Amino acid sequence: MKAIVSVIGRDRTGIIAKVSGKLFEMNVNIEDISQTVMQSAYFTMIMMITLPDGVGIADVNAALAPVAAELGVEIRAQHEDIFNSMHRI
Amino acid sequence: MLNQKEIIQTISMIKDQHLDIRTVTLHISLFDCISESAERTADNIRRKLSPLAAKLVATAEDIQAKYGIPIVNKRLSVSPVSLIGAASGGYALIARAMDEAAKENGIDFIGGYTALVQKAMTPKEREFLLTIPEVLASTERVCSSVNVGSTRAGINMDAVALMGEVVKRTAALTADRGSIGCAKLVVFANAVEDNPFMAGSFNGVSEGDSVVNVGISGPGVVKAALENIRGASCDVLSETIKDTAFKITRMGELVGREAAAAIGAQFGIVDLSLAPTPVRSDSVGEVLEAMGLSVVGAHGTTACLAMLNDAVKKGGTMASSHVGGLSGAFIPVSEDIGMIEAVRKGALSIEKLEAMTSVCSVGLDMIAVPGDTDASTISAIIADEAAIGVINGKTTAVRVIPAVGKKEGDEVEFGGLLGRAPVMGLSRGSAKEFVSRGGRIPAPIHSYKN
Repeated sequence: MKAIVSVIGRDRTGIIAKVSGKLFEMNVNIEDISQTVMQSAYFTMIMMITLPDGVGIADVNAALAPVAAELGVEIRAQHEDIFNSMHRI
Repeated sequence: MLNQKEIIQTISMIKDQHLDIRTVTLHISLFDCISESAERTADNIRRKLSPLAAKLVATAEDIQAKYGIPIVNKRLSVSPVSLIGAASGGYALIARAMDEAAKENGIDFIGGYTALVQKAMTPKEREFLLTIPEVLASTERVCSSVNVGSTRAGINMDAVALMGEVVKRTAALTADRGSIGCAKLVVFANAVEDNPFMAGSFNGVSEGDSVVNVGISGPGVVKAALENIRGASCDVLSETIKDTAFKITRMGELVGREAAAAIGAQFGIVDLSLAPTPVRSDSVGEVLEAMGLSVVGAHGTTACLAMLNDAVKKGGTMASSHVGGLSGAFIPVSEDIGMIEAVRKGALSIEKLEAMTSVCSVGLDMIAVPGDTDASTISAIIADEAAIGVINGKTTAVRVIPAVGKKEGDEVEFGGLLGRAPVMGLSRGSAKEFVSRGGRIPAPIHSYKN
């Protein structure tokens, strides 16, 4: 199952390290990653991930919730189909 | 491959612009629950509804977690109870079974306490209509609807006269709660069989055993899109609304199909409605203002609403395999912050709202009127709306709240999605003599299409 992880918030050190570290612990593969910093402070990172069998999106969200709290950013994992259905015919 | 801009746009719609699935409604046939005993009928209904309700709630929660899109309401909707209880009587027992099945399983509302009397009332249907006030006062989540007119049948003025009394009595019996019973009662012309929205949802007699119908929200998304194109022509305005409606409808299609498959039900329709809530930036009134009105209710409002409604349908139709329900913009006063504020400013009158209902879905919705309004005046309001629906071949409805003890300018607080309503003034003339005539207004000439 493929999902999109988005991280949105104020830029600071360690965002990519902490998020990807947590995903590594869950054996989640990161297929693609892109990030931008807008208006010099607003950080956006998008990751395309593949979940191993037995790991659901709810599990990923639960694991990332403490990371989001620690970093002071919003993190959400969503199944890729919500984006595909909205933007692709 | 998705690009970052698209991903951010979707997230921003959900996070900042209040995009959500307003309701996943599971429509259930109760025809196999009919028996000669009211107790047994109620038992059969409880047994049929409970497992399906539990499955719906669990499924909606799974989908919400998987896609990160909020599903605000999980609702049930059943076959018209006036028919289900015709052999057994005991309509109140049936309503209690529905209410319990809803409450015990985390269902927000259950629709279908319904009668379809557009042409005539059977004695059982008359008996049913008279039970509505007590049922709405004694249950929490049961919603009721009555169809009093159709383009094919005309308008049943006996039912219209009776419904004025029913609305008044419902208000009286729930006077201690702002007459909230009336918020759960809608009087239709040209009612549709697959509407997922309350209070008017029921499972039509031609529908399947269990069907998932989905209602989307999204005024905030349309408003945000329009704010980016200030000064553009109406052509651009219309195209932008279509583009946005397409995207939000795709959410409904995705969720509806997945919910139906998980529950083992048929996927019915997506209702292409812009449904507001009382929070800021989730308002159809604000969308109309973003189109260039200083306040909703100003001259030009009807034209803006007509264009909005049409563009939503054009964009949404391509996004879904099956479109149905009410499909259009909703303009419930108490549930829309833009409408509430316009009424408070004196910019939006009931006459303007009536004109708006001729170009959008539904009708005079969630409007508080003075508590001392005569039943015949409520009936006359219903007759006016039914006439707009019947002549124009569209659905119209009346959900007014004659709030006991309140007068024009007061406010009634319902809480939650039902919001708060400023009490609106009505014409001081009387239609008592007209309403008391009874009989049936014949179907319009253009209904004879065969």
